[in-house]
Amino acid sequence: MLNLMFKRKKFLRVWEFPGFLTWTFFFFGFLYIPIVILVIYSFNSSKFAMIWTGFSFRWYEKLLTNDDMQQAALNSLYVAFVAAPCATAIATLTALVVVRGGSFKSKEFSNGLVTLPLMVPEIVTAVATLIFFAFIGINLGLINVMIAHTVFCIPFAYMPIKASLEAMDPTLEVAARDLYSDRNSTFRYITLPLLMPGILSGFMLAFVISIDDFIITLMVAGGGSTTLPVYIYSMIKMGVTPEVNAISTLMLAFSIILVTGYWVFSKKS
Amino acid sequence: MNIQGENKSRNNLIGLLPLWIVMGVFMIGPLIVMAFVSIMESNSYGGIHLKFDLSGYRQILFDTNLFDEMEFNPAYLIIIGRSFLLAVAATIISLIIGFPVAYYISRQKDSVKNILIFLVTIPFWTNLLIRTFAWIIILGKDGVIENSFGFIGIIDDDDSLNLMYTNTAILIGLVYSYIPLMVLPIYSSMEKLDVRLIEAASDLYSTRINLIFKIILPLTLPGIIGGSILVFVPCLGAFIAPDLLGGGKKLLLGSLIQFQFAYARNWPFGAAIAMVLLALIVTILYLNARVNRRHEQNA
Repeated sequence: MLNLMFKRKKFLRVWEFPGFLTWTFFFFGFLYIPIVILVIYSFNSSKFAMIWTGFSFRWYEKLLTNDDMQQAALNSLYVAFVAAPCATAIATLTALVVVRGGSFKSKEFSNGLVTLPLMVPEIVTAVATLIFFAFIGINLGLINVMIAHTVFCIPFAYMPIKASLEAMDPTLEVAARDLYSDRNSTFRYITLPLLMPGILSGFMLAFVISIDDFIITLMVAGGGSTTLPVYIYSMIKMGVTPEVNAISTLMLAFSIILVTGYWVFSKKS
Repeated sequence: MNIQGENKSRNNLIGLLPLWIVMGVFMIGPLIVMAFVSIMESNSYGGIHLKFDLSGYRQILFDTNLFDEMEFNPAYLIIIGRSFLLAVAATIISLIIGFPVAYYISRQKDSVKNILIFLVTIPFWTNLLIRTFAWIIILGKDGVIENSFGFIGIIDDDDSLNLMYTNTAILIGLVYSYIPLMVLPIYSSMEKLDVRLIEAASDLYSTRINLIFKIILPLTLPGIIGGSILVFVPCLGAFIAPDLLGGGKKLLLGSLIQFQFAYARNWPFGAAIAMVLLALIVTILYLNARVNRRHEQNA
């Protein structure tokens, strides 16, 4: 019996291809080894980023005393905490109208308008926004960055919200209306709670996108409104030091924990 | 569904207004202003003179020589060509690497599938700048590759392979950055693939190679085209990979545009190149939409 099983294993089923497993294995290696190397080197005690001399936390300790970096990290959080809620609110309203508003003239147009920031190359959006702010003379530091991020985050907030609205059972709302619930309370007690997971995931994606955005911030942010990615960029440009590895590791960990947490949460519910 | 006509269209309008205002003012507005700036005269301190002038576009093809004559200058055409070639190469390599991966993942059982797809998407949610920076540690002078080669004894300690600041380095960076965008759409096409078709072909003595090229590939073509566009478009305007791994020596469209605004301060020229990039991408998206429409009509 056991012998037979082993023998059978040698034959591939018709839809299996030899080598695809190995290929996939190497693909994930390609995807993750650079990240792993970056993390390992952030614990390197050597002053030179590339040469391994021993394990230490010294670069993380150094981050604690780096005021510029902490200010940049705070700026990133300020921007994300303004841009992500704004983008989520606009995305939610748009999704409600596009999915529930029946057929109306500007539906296709609005649906396309939301995804516009995904079509236009980021560098073009970045310089266009830079020119625009300079041209009309708006120079409000971080607020400029917040506006640019809100625009860019809308499509990312929109996708999960629209998807969860489309998956929602409309008969629940009809049932509530049949039971003499008025339009506002139907929305408040039926639609909104059912939509909340979608809104939350939209918010989270927008938040991560805002925290990670680099090119648009690089062009739009003025002197005093550096965010963390822009700060990391200037550190890399000045020369690769292990401090960059340490702060990069922290940023990676932040994004990965947030996204994984969300994934586990959404799988459970 | 339960709101009366007039009331409903008013509600729709109120719901869409924030989007229209924000996108109109801060997305379409900047693009219009950029188009306007691209046909203005440049001001040497950055910014523009309000005077109609096509020199921004002319500069892409021609230089003015000492005698004030126009001279054909292919330098920027070469940059556009190089960006195009690198984007095409990155797309093809991503497709070759990504296609078997997408197939393999799609044939797993659901629990494994979910985890693998999640692992493909994680890099997308992490910082692109940092992920590209990781390659400096690997490819750079005295980096991981040179060190391990030196350790084995393939190269001397003082030698350098000069991996950084090459087209190859940029290409690795581009593929690494955008390959998840290739795998995901192909995977979702493969999900819908009917395994019985493969079995039928196999029963009729199709070889494994033919299974791939005559059955799986044509049936997942929509995903392949979608993935290729998702990879090609950001590659064409990429800034981070050419800047960090190309060291700014190998200018590409994205880094050229950024350079005009950050250092050269020639706004109309920078805006003109950005318009060219935008035009290239709009053309590609338009062609894709037309092909898709024809595909749907045939289906």
